Amino acid sequence: MRNMKIDPNCRYTQDHEWIRVEGDEGVVGITDYAQDQLSDVVYVELPEVGDTFEQGEVFATVESVKAASDIYLPVGGKILEVNEELEDSPELVNQDPFGAAWLVRIAIADLSELDSLMDAETYRSYVESLDH
Amino acid sequence: MSYIPHTEADRAEMLAAIGVARVEDLFHDVPAACRFPTLNLPEPLSEMEILAELEAMSEENLDVGHYPCFLGAGAYHHYVPRVVDHLLSRSEFYTAYTPYQPEISQGTLQSIFEYQSMICALTGMEVANASHYDGATSTAEAVIMALSVGRGKRRRVILSPTLHPEYRAVVRTYTRGMELEIVGDEPALNTDLEALISLLDPNTACLIVQTPNFFGQIEDLTGLADRVHAVGAMLIVVTEPVSLGLLRPPGDYGADIVVGEGQGLGNGLNFGGPYLGFFACREKDVRKMAGRLVGQTVDAEGRRGFVLTLSTREQHIRREKATSNICTNEALCALAMAIHLAALGKTGLRTLAELCYHKAHYAAGRIASLEGYRVWNDRPFFHEFVVHCPAPVVAINDYLLEEWGLIGGYDLERDYPHLANHMLLCVTEVIRRQEIEALVEALDEARKEVAA
Repeated sequence: MRNMKIDPNCRYTQDHEWIRVEGDEGVVGITDYAQDQLSDVVYVELPEVGDTFEQGEVFATVESVKAASDIYLPVGGKILEVNEELEDSPELVNQDPFGAAWLVRIAIADLSELDSLMDAETYRSYVESLDH
Repeated sequence: MSYIPHTEADRAEMLAAIGVARVEDLFHDVPAACRFPTLNLPEPLSEMEILAELEAMSEENLDVGHYPCFLGAGAYHHYVPRVVDHLLSRSEFYTAYTPYQPEISQGTLQSIFEYQSMICALTGMEVANASHYDGATSTAEAVIMALSVGRGKRRRVILSPTLHPEYRAVVRTYTRGMELEIVGDEPALNTDLEALISLLDPNTACLIVQTPNFFGQIEDLTGLADRVHAVGAMLIVVTEPVSLGLLRPPGDYGADIVVGEGQGLGNGLNFGGPYLGFFACREKDVRKMAGRLVGQTVDAEGRRGFVLTLSTREQHIRREKATSNICTNEALCALAMAIHLAALGKTGLRTLAELCYHKAHYAAGRIASLEGYRVWNDRPFFHEFVVHCPAPVVAINDYLLEEWGLIGGYDLERDYPHLANHMLLCVTEVIRRQEIEALVEALDEARKEVAA
C-alpha cells in the first residue's frame, strides 16, 4: 500500500487494530492498512457501553462491500464510550481511520498487556513484510 | 449399466492417498453391529414391474381430492389456481439453485423480490428474506436472530404453549447445546398471555406467540409488544398468511419478527415437504437476519436490476460467524406462493379468508348444536376450532373415514395429554356445504356408534 498512514503514538496488533493509550484508558480503531484491505466500509457494529472483553476478544464488526470482519480488542477492558457517528457514517473508517473513525474508548484492565503489542515502527515493517 | 464412474484403480489410488487399506476401514468408528446391516429386500424387478408395484401402493393412499379433509393443524388444503403450476413448471424457473449471478438470473431474482415484497405487505414488516424450509425452521431462525440481536447475553426464550408443538420441538433442536432457558410451554397449560408476560425478565431474548394459535384462536396481541420491549426483548409472531387477508398484520401491533408457514398458498399438502417458511423483520435488524435476500438496485446505466444483497451475513462469506448455517431457501415454493397471491390480488385474498372464516364458523355452529359435542368458543377463531367429543378422537376419525369417507380432525391429546377427546377441525374454502352437513351428521352418528 502506497502512502500508508501510521500514527506514531499508537500501539498495534497483528490483526491491524490500533490503541492510543491515555493514562489508564485507551482509544481503539483499525489501521489505514486494514481499511484499505477491506475497501468501502458500509456498516460498523459496535458493542454496548459497559461491556467487558478479554484481550483478543471480538468486540466489533466492520462490514465492507467485500467482507464482514471481526475486530479484536488489543487489550482487555471495559467499554466506556462508542463512536456513534459511525452508525450513520461508516465511510469515516476509510477516510480517517486514526481520527474520526475511532471505534471505542476503553478502561484498560491490565496495562501490562500493552507490552504484547507492536510500536509504530515494528508495525510498519510487519505490514511491509505482508505486502511482499 | 453401472452409474458409478470410479474404477478399481481409482479406488486403490484414493485409498492409498488417505492411507487406508480398504473402504471398510473408513467405517471403523461406526459400531460393528450397525456397520453393514443386512437389508431385507425383495428380488430386483424390471422398471415396468416396479412402476406397477409402486402405482398400486400409491393408489392405496386417500387424497384430499376425493375425501373431504377437515384436518389442518399447520398444513392447509386450499384451491391452487392452475396458473401456478403452469408458470412454475416453465424451464426458466424450474431450478432449485440459488441465482448467485445477477447477469443471468434477473427473472428469478425479480420473482424472489416480488415474493419478499408480498410477504412485507402481508405481515406489515419492512424486510422479508427469500424463505426457509418451513414454518418450524423459520421460527427457529427467528429465535436465533433474537439471541444475536441480544448479543448472545440474553438466554431466556419464552414460547407460548399454543405455538405449534412441532415448531416448539424444532426450536429446541436448533438451539440444543446453546444452554438456553426455554420456558412458557411447560405441560401445565396456561393459554393466558399474562402468564407468558410474567415470565419476561432482563435475561429474555424473545417471546414467541402464534396467531391464529395452534387451536385456531385469534390472540389479542394489542399492547404485548410494549410489554416485551420494556425488558429489551423481541416479540416474534408466528402467523398464517391466508388469515392475514382478514386480520391485522403483526407489524401493526409492534412485532419485531414475523414468521410462519406459507404452504397453504400455492403449495400442496406434501408429506415431508417441501413447504415454505416465510420470515420478515424490521430493517434495523436486517444484518442479524438469516437467509438470502434479494434487493432492487440500478446498474451503471440507471436501469432497474436485482441482486442478492447483504451477503456478508451469509456463510459463503462469514463462514462460521454467519447468521445461519442454513441459507437454503425454497425458491420454487416461494414463487408458487407469489403467483397464487398475485392471482388472488388484494380483494381475492380477502375473499378467500372470508370464505374460510364463514365456512368454519358455520361448521362450528352446527357441531355445537349436536348432543355430546362442545365447541370452544371463549375466543374468536379463524378457520380452525377445537371440539370436545364424546369419544376418543382416534375412534371417531376411524369411523368418519371408514363409514363416511371423511378425513377428520387433529387429535390434540397427541401433544396436550390433558386434552383427551379434543379434536382440532379445519374448514377451508374447498369444503362444500353438503360436506359440512355430512360431517355434522357423521359426528352425530359417531356419538351413537363409537361412544356407545
